[in-house]
Amino acid sequence: MLEITPLHYSLLSAALFMIGVIGVLVRRNVIIIFMSIELILNAVNINLVALSDQLQDLAGQVFVVFVIAVAAAEAAVGLGIIIAFYRNKETVNIDEIQIMRW
Amino acid sequence: MAEALLFYTLAALILGLGVMVVSARSAVHSVLFLVVNFLLVAVLYVTLNAEFVAVIQVLVYAGGIVVLYLFVVMLVNLKKAPERFSDPRRLARSGLLLGGVVLALIVVVVSSSLRAGMASEGTLSGFGTPFTSGNTEQLGWVLYTSYLIPFELASMLLLVAMIGAIVLAKRHLGD
Amino acid sequence: MLDTVVIPLLKIAVLVNAVLVAVTFLVLMERKVIAWAQSRLGPMRVGPYGILQAIADPIKLILKEDITPVKADRHVFTLAPIMSLVPALVVFAVVPFGPDPLYYIGDINVGLLFIISVTSIGVYGIILGGWASNSKYPLLASLRASAQLISYEIAVTMTLVSVILTTGTLSLVGIVEAQQESGIWFAFIQPVALVLIFIGGLAETNRAPFDLPEAETELTGGFHTEYSGMRFALFFLAEYANMIVISAIVVLMFFGGWLRPFPNIAFLGFLDLLPAWIWFVGKVFLFLYVFIWIRATLPRYRYDQLMSLGWKVLIPVAIGNLVVTGVFKVVF
Repeated sequence: MLEITPLHYSLLSAALFMIGVIGVLVRRNVIIIFMSIELILNAVNINLVALSDQLQDLAGQVFVVFVIAVAAAEAAVGLGIIIAFYRNKETVNIDEIQIMRW
Repeated sequence: MAEALLFYTLAALILGLGVMVVSARSAVHSVLFLVVNFLLVAVLYVTLNAEFVAVIQVLVYAGGIVVLYLFVVMLVNLKKAPERFSDPRRLARSGLLLGGVVLALIVVVVSSSLRAGMASEGTLSGFGTPFTSGNTEQLGWVLYTSYLIPFELASMLLLVAMIGAIVLAKRHLGD
Repeated sequence: MLDTVVIPLLKIAVLVNAVLVAVTFLVLMERKVIAWAQSRLGPMRVGPYGILQAIADPIKLILKEDITPVKADRHVFTLAPIMSLVPALVVFAVVPFGPDPLYYIGDINVGLLFIISVTSIGVYGIILGGWASNSKYPLLASLRASAQLISYEIAVTMTLVSVILTTGTLSLVGIVEAQQESGIWFAFIQPVALVLIFIGGLAETNRAPFDLPEAETELTGGFHTEYSGMRFALFFLAEYANMIVISAIVVLMFFGGWLRPFPNIAFLGFLDLLPAWIWFVGKVFLFLYVFIWIRATLPRYRYDQLMSLGWKVLIPVAIGNLVVTGVFKVVF
């Protein structure tokens, strides 16, 4: 219990991942869904960094850098879509985003 | 002992803030909890000897991406009635799905960590560069040699995303 | 226990107090210098030549009524000034005041990146302060201020990369030592970077001529319009602490930190009689004087001019400087 192994980090990561998934499933505000996705990505990153430390291999940290880059790209495009959508329909409720065009 | 205490404190805070992000009524409060969550994850990285990743986490995530979220929340969500949560049926379905996800995750985690424990004799780490604490230089070295092409691809992705965001956010193309 | 807990805590306490006292006297210095520039006397009533004004001002701010607007988001309204002051103080954890470990709290190998990332957190104080006031003008001002901060941060970070290329290290102690070894301040090797970082620093600290977020003479007061008393004082402290941070970065990266002038000329060795930290603090205050001097001299930019200066001038020049530095690095 007192010795911290990669298993502890993996469980932390799994729990955080789960919280993110709950957020995606339960919330209806698109922006909060996006934030939950960020939580999920962070859960993955924790795992990668912990195993990188355990295996003494930098590949894990390199992957984290890539994940962060992709998250930045995702946030930029996703929030752009949200703004464009809000301009047309004045809502960010995902249940009302249901037609492909208007 | 101190290490364990630090880990459990950080883990509890990270998970607690994660729950707050998901459950907060106001989107701005959500963003705030998310920032603190990311900062604590950065602290966790420092305890794992990954200073560079920790700093990048603060700089890009907390200082960049989340500011973007805050901007959009403020643009979009100024005077809105509190959002309604989903209907109970959907909650039940998500509950079932989540149960499955958690189970699968724990199975995968436990089995993989057992395998990692077996492999820790030193066979697994022949792939990248072994690192010492203070690894910015090594990380840069690996990034610009072994991972050069993924790195270039990531920068292309960022460029495309930037152009895409500008196109989406512009009201009328052509003016 | 003594080395890992007690001494760092003592250093932190001393440093935080030193910064806060420095800020109060910086405000006095600003008023005096601007008065001098405008042929006035400035504060003269409290103490000889108004020196005690530095103590009277904070006492006034603390004793003032601290108002929370009725429709404000109370928790965020209180949190915002704290979030803006804390990063400004945290940065000093890696600022070396001298060559000896006694003079800094920590020398981490990502020191410069640490400073950039921690200062990038400061923008939350401004955005949230404007939002939590639940009032139109603070909100608009805070959006403008944060857009300004983020834009100029890109230019400053890009410029720092070219300086890192010259030094080959991210540690602030390492950067100063590199200047000692090469015997020349980096101001002479990277003059373009110096100008870029100084302009970017002015914009990031919301100082004139880029003080649009809180242009007292034109707007009601920017993102902290609804703030009063102690919470306003915290915003105020944060702004001036950030000025000190920018000056310290400029001094460390371009003017040799704690080194005396001409560190490689032996017959000037008598200059070393002054302790290293006095050289450092003296240089920092010289740059703070330049900040104030610029405020007293230059008119304010318009917002569109400010943005086009940031995006169309500073960022391209920063990238150009980076390329040139890289080419030099490869060729020589």
